[in-house]
Amino acid sequence: MIKTHKRVSDLHPEEIITPGTGLCAGCGGLEGLRLALKELGKDVVICNAAGCFTLLSVYPFTPLQGSWLYTTMGGPVPAAQGIRDALDVQLKKGKLPSQENLQVLVVAGDGSSNDIGLGPTSAALHRKLDFIYFCYDNEAYGNTGFQLSAASPFGSSTQTSPSTHEHPAGAEKMKKNLFDIWKAQDPTYIATVSPREPIDLSNKFAKAKTMSGPRMFICMSPCPTGWGFDPKDAHVIAKLAVDTGIFPIKEYFEGKVVHTKRPRKRLPVEKFLERQKRFSHLFYPERCEDVISQIQKNVDDYWSHFE
Amino acid sequence: MNKHSKMMLTGNKAAAWGVRLAQVDYVPAFPITPQTEIVETLAQWFSDGTLTGKYTNMDSEHSMFMAAGAAAATGVRVFTASSSQGILHGMEALYTIAGWRVPLVMVNVSRALATPITLEPDHNDVMSTRDCGMVQLHAETCQEVLDFILIGHRIAEHPQVALPVLVNMDGFYLSFTREPVVLPEPSEVARFLPPYKSEQPVFKASQPMARASAVFGGATYSYFKIQQDLAVRQAETVFHEVSEEFAQYFGRNYGPVENFMMDDAEFVFVMSNSFATKGKAAVLELRKQGIKAGLLKLRLIRPFPTQAIADSLLGHHKVAVIDQNLSPGMGGILFPEIVTSLYSRINRPEKFLSVIGGLGGKDILKEDFFSIVEHLRSDKSEGPLFLYNDDDLKQFKKVSHIALAEKGGSES
Ligand SMILES: Cc1ncc(C[n+]2csc(CCOP(=O)(O)OP(=O)(O)O)c2C)c(N)n1
Ligand code: SF4
Repeated sequence: MIKTHKRVSDLHPEEIITPGTGLCAGCGGLEGLRLALKELGKDVVICNAAGCFTLLSVYPFTPLQGSWLYTTMGGPVPAAQGIRDALDVQLKKGKLPSQENLQVLVVAGDGSSNDIGLGPTSAALHRKLDFIYFCYDNEAYGNTGFQLSAASPFGSSTQTSPSTHEHPAGAEKMKKNLFDIWKAQDPTYIATVSPREPIDLSNKFAKAKTMSGPRMFICMSPCPTGWGFDPKDAHVIAKLAVDTGIFPIKEYFEGKVVHTKRPRKRLPVEKFLERQKRFSHLFYPERCEDVISQIQKNVDDYWSHFE
Repeated sequence: MNKHSKMMLTGNKAAAWGVRLAQVDYVPAFPITPQTEIVETLAQWFSDGTLTGKYTNMDSEHSMFMAAGAAAATGVRVFTASSSQGILHGMEALYTIAGWRVPLVMVNVSRALATPITLEPDHNDVMSTRDCGMVQLHAETCQEVLDFILIGHRIAEHPQVALPVLVNMDGFYLSFTREPVVLPEPSEVARFLPPYKSEQPVFKASQPMARASAVFGGATYSYFKIQQDLAVRQAETVFHEVSEEFAQYFGRNYGPVENFMMDDAEFVFVMSNSFATKGKAAVLELRKQGIKAGLLKLRLIRPFPTQAIADSLLGHHKVAVIDQNLSPGMGGILFPEIVTSLYSRINRPEKFLSVIGGLGGKDILKEDFFSIVEHLRSDKSEGPLFLYNDDDLKQFKKVSHIALAEKGGSES
């Protein structure tokens, strides 16, 4: 791995997303994108899917130093295709000097990425589109009030998967494995990143920037509003997601998956769960032991493949 | 190729030739009958180097329209084509890219919509795009298809328009019908429609821009929508300018409407697209029998050429609008548009009749036009007249008999 940064003070001082956006205080995904853009620089065009991050650019303001195109909830990847193709055509015909070229970046939520936009994304992977995909994973449809998405984890309650007497767990399905879905289509690069691991995140973007082809980032995105915690605790929640092993930090490159940050000794999952309102039904009025131990077992099973 | 070379071309091939002559840079595509021949031809030409640029096989119409719009926003000349269910599947993207105010040309090869599913034409697909904010040109002949693609790019790329332009042709009746088509000389086309250079800001490193940002508040939203409306309206003036120039180069002169034997017409049929040819033939037949019929063909549907329609229809007494589409529970879609556009004018026709025919490719017969005249003659006011006769019902009964026959049931 090309280590370009060793400590936080090494990170690029330049901000591509300037302060002052309409997103919530403590949004983990926004912090992830801010760090990502420091690496990618200004010569980027973001194709955005409907979601929270659409509020990054609200007329007449944009916090971005690069370019922005709001698309549809299912359309950011095909829009990226159109831009990439148009840039390539012009470069080839000599109508665009190479210094005018842009890196095409898709910014979409987990709902868009796992659900409505997955088909078009799979197609773009098949076409080997040269682009970077940044999925901020807040594990629900955040912008519409926190409903179940295919990325909502087992045992979480959302507005459309409430915990009830009949369905105590809330969300009863496992989170879709977007990493492996991408991996099955042989992309250039995939990484999971956390805003709580800025060096790891930055180095991965630095590395991905030197490559071409489809590159994917899934950014764990603690969401104070939807998950139910105090915005000032976003970094604690992000850290617990990593330290409990619930959110593995890894990358896929040239056929191999490598965990780039391993929790030295994994904390019990409830350390992460108990601090969020979306899991509170697992603890009050009484402990849902079976659900909690199932979540723990899923995490243990995952890591047993790598230990 | 000499200056006036003529070829026998299907509507689809004529469209492909229009794209080739327009030196289009980029075509994202997804197949649907009856437009497949257009994209197959273009795929071949991009593949063998006849056309330079890029052809991308997309995964759906939603994706295709997004790619088309985004490429147009990045500064290349774009073409794409679809039809029917494809248009519906891509509808969200059509609204989106029309709102982006990007220039491109797309062909819709009209085909009726499910359910029931069919391959044959009518205009519900194209009418569903009526309110997206695109310019719409409807073609009667293969020649018009080719010419409208060239004219369409000029309109789309005009700085005061900057919108997608849709060129419509009928499936089968035009898409697969060979007609002699005059191919304009490429060097002349290059003068009429020079290689593309965007006059709008486009995505490139030295020109960061945010496009299609969210808005809060009706005042801002309304402003952009009104701008879009003005741009679509402006396309009529631009259409006139571009058409005139086109006529100077190529000798074919297109107005937003075409008047056929209208001067002394007592009975007027309003039609669009290829069935207007049948209408014209019927007008000649009716005239032979001493019935003063005429036909008004619409070429421009968005913007709606209100003034041109008024100029044609005012002073005529009886008008039948033949819609090849159906808004269930209301009737034809063009009918209220025509009536509304004349409502406040003096000397407007005394009788308007809404006629619905040609659904799902059902032929409109000569006799149908005679019967429309009879209805126009009567003083009864009546709701939409469906062109559906006893013969049609007999045909349906025959198939329904089979459908309803019990297993091993009786033969008829
Ligand atoms: C076709 C379509 N359906 C529904 C919506 C409404 N919508 C807007 S944002 C959103 C949620 C998106 O969720 P996700 O992709 O997870 O991003 P987040 O909101 O969490 O940022 C939905 C459902 C839409 N914009 N388009
Ligand atoms: S709802 Fe959550 S993901 Fe959306 S902006 Fe707020 S904190 Fe971020």
